[in-house]
Amino acid sequence: MAVMEHHLHEASGARRHLPMEYRDVHQSLRILGFWLFLATDMLLFACLFATYLVLRTHTDGGPTPRELFDVPGFTAETFILLTSSFTGGLATLAMRNGKKGQLIGWLAVTMLLGLSFVALEAQEFVKDALEGATMQRSAFLSSFFTLVGTHGSHVSVGIVWMFLTLLQVLRRGITPITARKVFIVNLYWHFLDVVWVFIFTIVYLSGVVM
Amino acid sequence: MWEGFRHFADTYLMWNEGPLIWMSDVLILLTSIGIVAVLTYFKKWKWLWDEWLTTVDHKKIGIMYLICALLMFFRGGVDALLMRTQLALPNNHFLDAEHYDQIFTTHGTIMILFMAMPFIFALFNIAVPLQIGARDVAFPYLNAISFWLFFFGALLFNISFVFGGSPDAGWTSYPPLSELAFDKGPGENFYLLGLQISGIGSIATGINFMATILKMRAPGMTLMRMPLFTWSVLAACVVIIFAFPALTVALALLLLDRIVGTHFFTILHGGNPMMFINLFWIWGHPEVYIVILPAFGVFSEVVATFARKRIFGYGSMVVALMAISVISFFVWVHHFFTMGAGADVNTFFAVATMAVGIPTGVKVFNWLFTMYRGRIRMSLPMLWTVAFVPCFAIGGATGVMLAVAPADYQYHNSYFLIAHFHQVLIGGTVFGMLAGMYYWWPKMFGFLLDERLGRWAFWFFNIGFYVCFMPQYALGFMGMQRRMYTYPADLGWGTLNFISTIGAYLMGIGFLFMVAQIIYSIRYGQRDLTGDPWDGRTLEWSLPSPVPHYNFAVIPTVEDRDYWWVLKQQGRTQELRPRPEEIQPIHMPKNSGRPFLMGVAFFVAGIGFVFNWYVLAVLGLLGVVACMVARAFEYDDEYHIPVEEVQHTEAALGRL
Amino acid sequence: MANASGQHTAFGPGPGAHGEEEHKHGAGLYIAGYILSLVLTAISFWLALTRAMPLGPLMLVLIILAGLQIVVQLFFFMHVTEGDGPPWHSMALLLGLIFTFAIALMSMWIMSFHYQVQ
Repeated sequence: MAVMEHHLHEASGARRHLPMEYRDVHQSLRILGFWLFLATDMLLFACLFATYLVLRTHTDGGPTPRELFDVPGFTAETFILLTSSFTGGLATLAMRNGKKGQLIGWLAVTMLLGLSFVALEAQEFVKDALEGATMQRSAFLSSFFTLVGTHGSHVSVGIVWMFLTLLQVLRRGITPITARKVFIVNLYWHFLDVVWVFIFTIVYLSGVVM
Repeated sequence: MWEGFRHFADTYLMWNEGPLIWMSDVLILLTSIGIVAVLTYFKKWKWLWDEWLTTVDHKKIGIMYLICALLMFFRGGVDALLMRTQLALPNNHFLDAEHYDQIFTTHGTIMILFMAMPFIFALFNIAVPLQIGARDVAFPYLNAISFWLFFFGALLFNISFVFGGSPDAGWTSYPPLSELAFDKGPGENFYLLGLQISGIGSIATGINFMATILKMRAPGMTLMRMPLFTWSVLAACVVIIFAFPALTVALALLLLDRIVGTHFFTILHGGNPMMFINLFWIWGHPEVYIVILPAFGVFSEVVATFARKRIFGYGSMVVALMAISVISFFVWVHHFFTMGAGADVNTFFAVATMAVGIPTGVKVFNWLFTMYRGRIRMSLPMLWTVAFVPCFAIGGATGVMLAVAPADYQYHNSYFLIAHFHQVLIGGTVFGMLAGMYYWWPKMFGFLLDERLGRWAFWFFNIGFYVCFMPQYALGFMGMQRRMYTYPADLGWGTLNFISTIGAYLMGIGFLFMVAQIIYSIRYGQRDLTGDPWDGRTLEWSLPSPVPHYNFAVIPTVEDRDYWWVLKQQGRTQELRPRPEEIQPIHMPKNSGRPFLMGVAFFVAGIGFVFNWYVLAVLGLLGVVACMVARAFEYDDEYHIPVEEVQHTEAALGRL
Repeated sequence: MANASGQHTAFGPGPGAHGEEEHKHGAGLYIAGYILSLVLTAISFWLALTRAMPLGPLMLVLIILAGLQIVVQLFFFMHVTEGDGPPWHSMALLLGLIFTFAIALMSMWIMSFHYQVQ
């Protein structure tokens, strides 16, 4: 928006050295807005983690973390999500290099990895529920399913969002606007990877150890 | 058929509860018919849609926030008067216990979330872009979404009064009382969803204004040249974006307990009710700083303007604002010292609580030193500011008393606490917001509010305040607990309660004077022809009142703090007038109906979750998703104002 | 809000047009980041699943490893150092991280009082 034309006059030459998604001030403003959103989302997860940490021992005689967690399952989920964060990064790289075909390819790969992550997680949840470990069983399970499920629904939203972004790149190519959109959706994706790192550390690995 | 209707009326419309509900229904119906009739008769529907419901202009959004805040101030105030009427005499049965519970719940919730929050957002919207030399906020479309989420969240909460039943577990809504086992009614769901929806809007506002202040300042407007109100908004935004997620989580988990059957806060199956209280106050304590910091900002502007002096200790004011915003995250346990977390925990949070008093004290002294030897004009904004100082000082001192953890075991949940937080919230936030409203009113509407009626309002409200709340400190010491709906005669609380009720009514009269003042001034108020009625100091006063929708025809280049004042002193005010050759086409964001529709969709989803009508809930959520997807594919959301139009507007304002 | 085709566009011609004048960004950074994140994860899993240490130090090491993963994502993938103007986003993230740890750790501390309803 031209609320900021005065910057633009000075900036058209000076912004050349910046990465693509930052060259237009309006896009760079939105990237800042999105970083701020990530900061608030981080606090959302902080509260869910806090709840989990407080309630994880409250198993009410039901399944304990150690009985519940399936090591190969969460190892596979971890590996898939880490890899998808990498392929998302490659999509940003392709965008910066102006390679539309590569960009679309890496976005598609990232989405597929995301889908398989969500599928594995859903399978894990269904298996737990069938064994009687539902979120209604105990406070520990309520907080476990809510924390991990919130992350999973974030990932699902990310997949849909990435798909919408991909459609726009297909239709419009790499423009300052679509470049910014690709950058932001990948920021979101990397952020979810970081959250997952804490989930496998604080929930799964600690649960198996204790 | 008749039985079916009867069942519906009793279950959802609560017609079996007696005349108060019938009267409210009739009044609401008449008001609605009146609004529809007026809009239709004057053919204003299109105007309403084009100019207001679809607007993304920060000034109009600010005005809508202000109107909502004043309406909610009225509703919350009526709740307060009902409570005080009930408590005026011992053994009174004006209200029964159940209704009393509902009323103190809605009073607290509305005053904090649907009065104080929109009031501060009103001032954010009206003042911040003008003060920093911007044409709008960073994300105008998101700003409209924030408003409509607030609006429909508030509507959802308020509609519970006549549809389904009000919440009754207190504004803090502690489990296990607020769990399904003890609170079947839909009221609690209304509370959870109304707050959730408006809370999402608040987070978006926090992000929006933070980005605006950090990135949209006019050239030369360095951080240390920003007006202190803008600084206070930045500090408040820091608190908003980091504190509100805790509310989101607390509400969501309690909602899960109620509708999915989880056990976060239940007594059974390992749940821990105190965890809700912990999460609630992780948000709740920073929340009181969210509503007080902008008030501090208003006082800084008002004191400097009406004492005609540069603010004393600008740098320390900034440091104090930022210190308060960070320390406010480390004090939350003082709301539940009596949980018994242990001496170590209570000591830490007691000390941190007292530490907040230090930066706050710095600010109070800075205001006093600014006034010292200033040529003070006692206009309405200054009047409220001067009244704030002693009021807030007493409130702060009783706050430090409450912060002493061992002593808090005595004060906890007594009327001493009630008196304390009303003194800081009314004496701080309400006085600050009213001062801000009077101060920026001419900038919003182009006329001043009548001084004489305003003084009547001021004195009634102020004297009423002390008459109402000073006795409550004593009542607290005498053992009266909060939220009790009546008391026996032989405890000796009758006289003080009666006095307190008189004070509440005096405040009510003060509010009526404000209403009269606004109505009178619309017709007869002094018009603001200069754009600078108070001899102001900051950039917004360099613009005509009301401000044209693009704000600045030419973005100014700022060279100093209080730049407008400096230019006036040096006789250089012409420099902020646009020169024809400098005017260029202005890009502005297009209006959009989608934020409004998104609010409607959230409302529909909210109703669905309140009554467990999941089809409706899913439909509402699909509407939300549809709005977001449509936005993702929207590329053409701007338009140009051509040079001729800008020149024409500026010439008509006599500025070319 | 932003309309790239407007007359005040800073961007100039589309990215394809000046593709030649820029050097290509390489994938080296990304590959390094990926390997680092895999290595850090592998160490975490190995330490935990073999129970290589007593519980207390183990938890500390695991948290530190997770913290390093934040750094990897931020610097190798999220380009946290780039952007125009002062690094406001880094400050917001840093403050957010402080509050995140404060909320999680202090909640555990506060709620460790002897509350049991069975």
